[in-house]
Amino acid sequence: MTHILDDTDRAIIVATQDGLPLVERPYDAVAQQVGIDAAELRRRVQVMLENGVIRRIGVVPNHYALGYAWNGMTVWDVADHDVAAAGAALCSLGFVSHCYERPRLLPDWPFNLFAMIHARRKDDADDLVARAAQALGGMNRGHRVLYSTRILKKTGLRLKGDGDVPPKPVPARA
Amino acid sequence: MDDMDRAIVNALQGGFPVSETPFADAAKALGLTAEQLITRIRVMKEQGVLSRFGPMYNADRFGGHNTLVAMEVPADRFDEVAEIVNSFPEVAHNYQRDHRLNMWFVIAAESRERVARVLTEVQDRTGLVAHDLPKLTEFHIGLKFEA
Repeated sequence: MTHILDDTDRAIIVATQDGLPLVERPYDAVAQQVGIDAAELRRRVQVMLENGVIRRIGVVPNHYALGYAWNGMTVWDVADHDVAAAGAALCSLGFVSHCYERPRLLPDWPFNLFAMIHARRKDDADDLVARAAQALGGMNRGHRVLYSTRILKKTGLRLKGDGDVPPKPVPARA
Repeated sequence: MDDMDRAIVNALQGGFPVSETPFADAAKALGLTAEQLITRIRVMKEQGVLSRFGPMYNADRFGGHNTLVAMEVPADRFDEVAEIVNSFPEVAHNYQRDHRLNMWFVIAAESRERVARVLTEVQDRTGLVAHDLPKLTEFHIGLKFEA
């Protein structure tokens, strides 16, 4: 479902895509920047939360900094007619952070279901993959885990590309 | 990072109030003042414990588009190619992964046309194939990380 944003909504997104100001009345500060009344700004933010334009508002932890050094992209080959059931099974495990169906790259890449897992230790990560495989049972026709070895860039959504300097690449595991 | 920082990370991965004084409102439940909460969030951002603080936007919901791209980059060109890919503001995340397809990044932009153009430009400037793997279905979760 696509929601039409007006120029004021877009100005709010541009003003907050890097984050909220760390001041006692952050919405007042954003409202001033955008040039609208603070109550109107909060109303618009509330609407964007309700219609899903904003997923959530809060802190975004860097999972590496929290010790989740093993970031695994698990990829699964499941029959097209099993994708919905397999996706639901992976979601219900409680440790998958994102799960998507994507096109295969045949013939080399038969995988069409992607699920991200995160663990503090390699053993734990392997254990999560094993549990995921078990949950998929016979729906799993083959899988791989691609661990990240380096974060090359990590930023949020950008509506405009001004002032965006990528951070230096950091090792995933020190 | 102490127990209070962990409590903040665990409590505030969503649901930050949309009120006149949201820090004061959120701080109350944690037994902090607004000023203490602001300081702790600022310090955790500076330390890199938090990558962001604020609203997380979903580009799909306003006509935007994003896709996952996989590339097979020769080892001796890896850093050069990473620099080219990262130079696009539309490239949100980029990870090196342990596979023949060793570079995986997300392109997020306001329109499908813009995403397609970035893909083309990446291929033109690197001379490599960029495999476009847009999501066909998103399975919703909402996992929070425990600090």
